[in-house]
Amino acid sequence: MVLTGAEIVVRCLQEEKVDYVFGYPGGSVLFIYDELFKQDKVRHVLVRHEQAAVHAADGYARTTEKVGVALVTSGPGATNAVTGIATAYMDSIPMVVISGQVPTAAIGMDAFQEVDTVGITRPCVKHNFLVKDVKDIATTIKKAFLIAATGRPGPVLVDIPKDITAQKCEFVYPDKVVIRSYHPVAKGNGGQIRKALQLLTEARRPLVYTGGGVILSNAAEKLTRLVQRLNTPCTNTLMGLGGFPASDHRFLGMLGMHGTYEANMAMQHCDVLLAVGARFDDRVIGNTADFMKEPRKIIHIDIDPSSISKRVKVDVPIVGDLGEVLDEMIAVLENGEHRQELSATEPWWRQIEDWRGRSSLAFKNSDDVIKPQFVVEKLWEVTGGDAFVTTDVGQHQMWSAQYYRFDKPRRWVTSGGLGTMGFGLPAAMGVQLAHPGAPVACITGEGSIQMCIQELSTCKQYRLPIKVISLNNRYLGMVRQWQQIFHGNRYSESYMDSLPDFAKLAEAYGHVGLQVTKPGDVEAALREAFGRKDDLVFLDFQIDPAENVFPMVQGGKGLADMILSAEDL
Amino acid sequence: MRHVLSLLLENEAGALSRVSGLFSARGYNIESLTVAPTEDASMSRMTIVTTGSDDVIEQITKQLNKLVDVVKVVDLSEAPHIERELMLVKVRAVAKDREEMKRMADIFRGRIIDVTESSYVIELTGTQDKLDSFVGAIEPALVLETVRSGVCGVGRGDRVLKI
Repeated sequence: MVLTGAEIVVRCLQEEKVDYVFGYPGGSVLFIYDELFKQDKVRHVLVRHEQAAVHAADGYARTTEKVGVALVTSGPGATNAVTGIATAYMDSIPMVVISGQVPTAAIGMDAFQEVDTVGITRPCVKHNFLVKDVKDIATTIKKAFLIAATGRPGPVLVDIPKDITAQKCEFVYPDKVVIRSYHPVAKGNGGQIRKALQLLTEARRPLVYTGGGVILSNAAEKLTRLVQRLNTPCTNTLMGLGGFPASDHRFLGMLGMHGTYEANMAMQHCDVLLAVGARFDDRVIGNTADFMKEPRKIIHIDIDPSSISKRVKVDVPIVGDLGEVLDEMIAVLENGEHRQELSATEPWWRQIEDWRGRSSLAFKNSDDVIKPQFVVEKLWEVTGGDAFVTTDVGQHQMWSAQYYRFDKPRRWVTSGGLGTMGFGLPAAMGVQLAHPGAPVACITGEGSIQMCIQELSTCKQYRLPIKVISLNNRYLGMVRQWQQIFHGNRYSESYMDSLPDFAKLAEAYGHVGLQVTKPGDVEAALREAFGRKDDLVFLDFQIDPAENVFPMVQGGKGLADMILSAEDL
Repeated sequence: MRHVLSLLLENEAGALSRVSGLFSARGYNIESLTVAPTEDASMSRMTIVTTGSDDVIEQITKQLNKLVDVVKVVDLSEAPHIERELMLVKVRAVAKDREEMKRMADIFRGRIIDVTESSYVIELTGTQDKLDSFVGAIEPALVLETVRSGVCGVGRGDRVLKI
């Protein structure tokens, strides 16, 4: 069947069973938009800024097992999308971004809305393509979906010049494509797996440390079985929350810069560390030299060989899909090849309980001013711990990670790697579309929300009943916290003056807005918001402007060197 | 430590910039980089000379392997291998220097491939060291320009980089 390039693009999306495309039209993608108009299988969501299109596709991908799709025009459409693409790249989110490009003959001529999209995005995509022949569109899109979703996932961009979308050719969607240089490993090495189990079963002070990889590879259940069977303590990175149930007593909470005392102390003092789909980044282990001064054996399972022995030297590397490797580990254990003396770890557990006894997440609540931690705790209660939670970046993000205790994977949606303010609301749109009827909370701050607040309009158009939980402290709180601790209380440009009345602003967009100023009103406000099943409710919580995030490991310090509360400052 | 990496990569627009971009983005050194198509026109062969600790070289190799356009990577310097580089040197050749330049070219087994009344172009192949020595051996004031290709390398004997 002979089709135009634009028809082929849309047919490919249909073949890939794409139900939502997040995008924004423009000159170079007009033919594609014309084809979208003529069909109803692929639904298009019109955002108000291209950055939001990519974040929405990202939120959609994180909470489903599917590839998120965004469509933008050339030039500013593509450059606006870059922040979203980089966000997805840092967190390894499967995504295909289709961008329009000026006609082939105009490329390199500084044409209107021309930019070297493939060049600009190259450092922040898993791979990208410039399609130069209409006959290549179908195989390129097929390759894009394959690369985005397999191995260590990531965003793939396909740049299509306008003339290519108008030309015609025979359309056949390939069943499969082979890329000779692309073969992600799935099965882990059996010998390494046995070596790992030997170390783990003989350990006196074992610890399992897991990251976003567990979520991405749908391995949470397997991880939980392995940890329960080995009876080891388990900690999650920011990206890994939900990978192991927070309600299990083996869970030590999040580790790292704002991790719990018990998680960081266990990380520092364990004798065998099993790292699963995590990458020992600077926010997690602090100072590398300090971390490595303690002798411990490290086992690292990851699908990406370049994540292994990148920041810390690993003793037992296992490259493979986490699900397959964990399955095999469980099978070998169940075969009884390794004997484990469970009592050998009893002193370690006593030590951990002792650390846990410091209650590092305890906070002084107040009757006069709303404490942010209290809001997140109440949110957890009101939603039964089962909401989808997206966040922006800053103090509210850390409080959300610390106090909303996730029991299930793919419920927690946050920009961990890039730390993108403005991510939360558009990501929540993708989540809500993927899960109609489910409670979706976007925890944010008055700084972050203003970076993509225009999306309140998109939420109205598509009737997305997101609950925006704004922890408004009138400061760029995390910046203020660092200025307080490291810059002699000089709050340079971190005070947010001239803030709008957010409740009224939400109303202006056609939503429900509520301002909450008293601790006593927090729970009722949350209940009312979640009771309004069809409305977006913007809750503007006026919180204590002086509250800081604790515990805290200062940048460059060792993990055990924690500030536990304001009194330690 | 100096390493010579040899790569097979897709002969596609942008493949070179993916490799060079990786080196600049991650702060790796490139001493030289050469690339040209192979007998299989769909593939290019690239030789990169780089320096770094074993850990850095391990990361470079892994990161290169991660690029979708990179088909294969080997570290030639891990085992016996041959390196060659081509250099063209244009020298001033007048009066007694004419004889001297001819003699130097002969000693280094170079060839004079262009002659004018006042200059020679000398073609020389060899290892980096040999080319350096030649440049060091002639009077600097006589060197008008030098062009070097960067190092090409191949494993000895049975070591073959092919798909």
